[in-house]
Amino acid sequence: MFPEYDVIVVGAGHAGCEAAAAAANLGSKTLLVTMNMQTIAQMSCNPAMGGIAKGQIVREIDALGGYSGIVSDKSAIQFKMLNRSKGPAMWSPRTQNDRMLFAAEWRSMLEKTPNLDFWQDMVSGLIINNGKAYGVVTGMGQHIRSKSVVLTNGTFLNGIIHIGEKNFGGGRAGEKAATGITEQLIDIGFEAGRMKTGTPPRVDGRSLDYSQMIIQPGDEQPDKFSYTDTKPLTTQIPCWLTHTSDEVHDILRTGFDKSPMFSGRIQGLGPRYCPSIEDKIDRFSDKNQHQIFVEPEGWDTVEIYVNGFSTSLPEDVQMKALRKIKGFEKVKMFRPGYAIEYDYFPPTQLGLTLETKLLENLYFAGQINGTTGYEEAACQGLMAGINAHRKVHTQERFILTRSDAYIGVLIDDLVTKGTEEPYRMFTSRAEFRTLLRQDNADVRLTPIGYKLGLASKERMDKVETKIAESARIVKFFKETSVSPDEVNIGLAALNSSPINQKVKLSTVLSRPQISIEFLKENSNSVKQLHDSLGASANEYFTTAEILMKYEGYIHKEEEMAYKLSRFENIELFDNFNYNGLQSLSTEARQKLTRIRPRTLGQASRISGVSPSDISVILVHIGR
Amino acid sequence: MPHQDIIVAVATPPGAGAIAVIRLSGPGCLTLLDKVFKGRTKPSAATPNTIIYGHIVDGQSLVDEVLISVFCSPASYTGEDVAEISCHGSVFIQKSIIELLIRTGAGIAAPGEFTQRAFLNGKKDLLQAEAVADLIAAESQAMHAVALNQMRGGFSKELAGLRNKLIEFASLIELELDFSQEDVEFANRNDLSALSNGIIGRIEELISSFKLGNAIKNGIPVAIAGRPNAGKSTLLNALLNEDRAIVSEIAGTTRDTIEERLIIEGIEFRIIDTAGLRQSNDTIEQMGVKKSYEKINLSAVLLYVFDISQVAEKLEFDKEMAEALAFDVPCIFVANKVDETSKPVVGSLKDIPNIIFISAKNGSGLEELKSALVTLSVGKNFNTQSVIVSNARHYEALIKTRQALLDVNNAMDMHIPADLMAIDLRKALFHLGEITGNISTEELLGSIFGNFCIGK
Repeated sequence: MFPEYDVIVVGAGHAGCEAAAAAANLGSKTLLVTMNMQTIAQMSCNPAMGGIAKGQIVREIDALGGYSGIVSDKSAIQFKMLNRSKGPAMWSPRTQNDRMLFAAEWRSMLEKTPNLDFWQDMVSGLIINNGKAYGVVTGMGQHIRSKSVVLTNGTFLNGIIHIGEKNFGGGRAGEKAATGITEQLIDIGFEAGRMKTGTPPRVDGRSLDYSQMIIQPGDEQPDKFSYTDTKPLTTQIPCWLTHTSDEVHDILRTGFDKSPMFSGRIQGLGPRYCPSIEDKIDRFSDKNQHQIFVEPEGWDTVEIYVNGFSTSLPEDVQMKALRKIKGFEKVKMFRPGYAIEYDYFPPTQLGLTLETKLLENLYFAGQINGTTGYEEAACQGLMAGINAHRKVHTQERFILTRSDAYIGVLIDDLVTKGTEEPYRMFTSRAEFRTLLRQDNADVRLTPIGYKLGLASKERMDKVETKIAESARIVKFFKETSVSPDEVNIGLAALNSSPINQKVKLSTVLSRPQISIEFLKENSNSVKQLHDSLGASANEYFTTAEILMKYEGYIHKEEEMAYKLSRFENIELFDNFNYNGLQSLSTEARQKLTRIRPRTLGQASRISGVSPSDISVILVHIGR
Repeated sequence: MPHQDIIVAVATPPGAGAIAVIRLSGPGCLTLLDKVFKGRTKPSAATPNTIIYGHIVDGQSLVDEVLISVFCSPASYTGEDVAEISCHGSVFIQKSIIELLIRTGAGIAAPGEFTQRAFLNGKKDLLQAEAVADLIAAESQAMHAVALNQMRGGFSKELAGLRNKLIEFASLIELELDFSQEDVEFANRNDLSALSNGIIGRIEELISSFKLGNAIKNGIPVAIAGRPNAGKSTLLNALLNEDRAIVSEIAGTTRDTIEERLIIEGIEFRIIDTAGLRQSNDTIEQMGVKKSYEKINLSAVLLYVFDISQVAEKLEFDKEMAEALAFDVPCIFVANKVDETSKPVVGSLKDIPNIIFISAKNGSGLEELKSALVTLSVGKNFNTQSVIVSNARHYEALIKTRQALLDVNNAMDMHIPADLMAIDLRKALFHLGEITGNISTEELLGSIFGNFCIGK
């Protein structure tokens, strides 16, 4: 019934969709298997993409030729650039999205992708031969053969949903769990664990009193994710902010004895940075209020996502507590919040390509690796899809380093250190935050994506123009002078000392309070330059401004990256016999044998491997 | 794999003593020892951490009667199997046993190789291993104490405190960056400045202790200076209790500098006698005077000697004092020949700080001078338990850490965005990490999640 595929992707969430699109776009004959064709690209949790560190990842996916940025732009109802007041490393794009439109856009883009077939079924096992994966077996009894398999099962593997004292099997509210895969993988030697996450109740927007809440509008001049020509929003829907109170907390506490979290019924580890409301009032009992963000679910729906109120308390307790929140006095609930437990496979069982070490041709991406978040999942899917394709076509593995991209940081962290709690990206995880900015993801990655065959010629041309034009602007600023009568009035207004004679534009720009916008407004020559640059003038100006204003700091970070790269370039053989090195600590020997780092740099990041262990390895490889 | 070999060396000082200890280390060293040992218990069959008695034999001939301490991996100095053979101290016996062991398959240990193995086997961290090297080379009691304190982890403990402070500081900055959307209160800049200054202050103490640490390691240089014939060389001889310098009534007898080592209260001093300070037409003496100036400027303490019997009034002393203070070196005024004068001016000088009245000739006041020397050079509060930086690598890393933190402060003053300031902070973490091991993101996040309510 089926041909032999190059790549079979199991699961159609953020990871699965990116994996399928990447493999198919690169030319692999690809099959996307999902339990329900109606729920492709569901936003299971909050209706938003991006945010701090995550927005950078969406930009990186887009720069490489993935779809998440385009889909987010097309389904956005609000755009915000977070952290504008901070330095450029922190500027983080975020959209609120129309949940249904997001899924529809993804499905439409996948349907337009060549080489991509779909099949609705539950995958219950893998076809395995000689330590290699050769396809999948489905609940309907189909044996579908392929040269590689990408598993992106999300929360579906043996998923159990908890609400109060009730619990039932399920991968998402209203959807069945998937069984069979975990058991088969454990049988052949994989290690599996349990993780937990939660989601808040959804309510009826018509029952809320917004006059008691604080409006949270989008940016006045909304930007967008994709470097392609998607359109920025012209109208936006605001979110709203309200708070819990002692009264709310007291009611929630009445349900604690029925909480699956506190009673020990849930054993999986949840994320510390995304705690349930009961966790927050339990751990930080001195705080008498917590923020609640009221987020609309789309253009054409009254459904509201109550962000900040993730809970697995009994639904009647949820309802009673919600009604004590300012503006929620008459709230009607659509769906209660719940917690979900699911299987994951500690990601130290993977190589840097996301291929499993135990079974060749098998790749894991997304929550199955212990991560959380749409963006984290999507980028892993993209990388797994690319690598599955390349392996099938006997091309070299594709790896991004920690100084290339947040994606590189994420995968290196996962496979090197593993994770105890659902892993989320933070900018602090990146050593080279100032190099990995959202504004330069295209400069960093589109040339790589283009070489891979994933990013289009148009994308590449755009980046080359951007690099050339921003360099031209920098050169102009370093060579062109501005006179006192052009800027002194403006400088005085900004409490910046006047200039006494003509000075270079770049010198004025280097002052902390001075922006390139200021010089555009006060210098005719800059204005002329800007006008000559066409539609993308603002983008080029921003890039040039960052390069000039933060030159010193960017340079410092590049120097550090170079210093730290010494160990990154020392490769270690896959079959290096760590057990033969008695001088390594026992823990280091075990971990190194299990993780099999590709470079000495990676080895040095393994927890339990000490600097003296690294010296020992250095001695033994003769340096 | 070279360090898997069995190594052997004499562990006691070179030369003959009552007994000598020969140390053998490496996997299989006990079995190797079996082959040259005759006794009730074989070394390889001995209970770990016990001493066995028997004879070292070379074929049929007896070499020596010995006691062997047996240690089994990993509970030994090097982390490997170790045997310590206590033999009779004659050089011939030591040599015979070493040669016998080498013939049987052991290799001669390179200098420091036992400690190197201890480091490679994780028995000692880098700080401790470096301290062992210092300990072996320690020539004074104070140096010994500093090295010992470091080996036991006093310095490591101090650094751990510093590290925790830096983690706190860095996590407050990261909180502001990664969790700017959260409902948490961010530390204000004044608090952050205070925190950062506190860290810098502690680092500075450690940095300045390096000067002292270095001095203790190499001996504290003390210059004896003064006008010709003030009795400088007599003082040197009196301090040393021997006639090291030629003394005469003729001014300008000492033309070159003389350096001698002297241990007072366990601290090693290098006492440098200099040529008398005066204008002279004698070219050689002039050269000597020039050299005196150089030596004085390089010394940690100046003993300025003057002949009090020649001082008739306060004004004359002031002239001497001005001459001494022209050097930017902490100074003790040594009023010599106090036994040869009864002028009332002596009484009026008693209140001058750091003045000591002595007679180099009859030895009066010398003990007082010695204790003043100790106080001035290492401080009143010096005790051998103080944490002192004595290693150049650590010193350099601390200097770099301080510089990075000063850059952080500067960035705060300039209102540079926190993400850029964090670059310098990371440099600080990196350089401190060169001594203490890396500070990971997980530690920073752990600190954030432990202290703040994060999460929508």
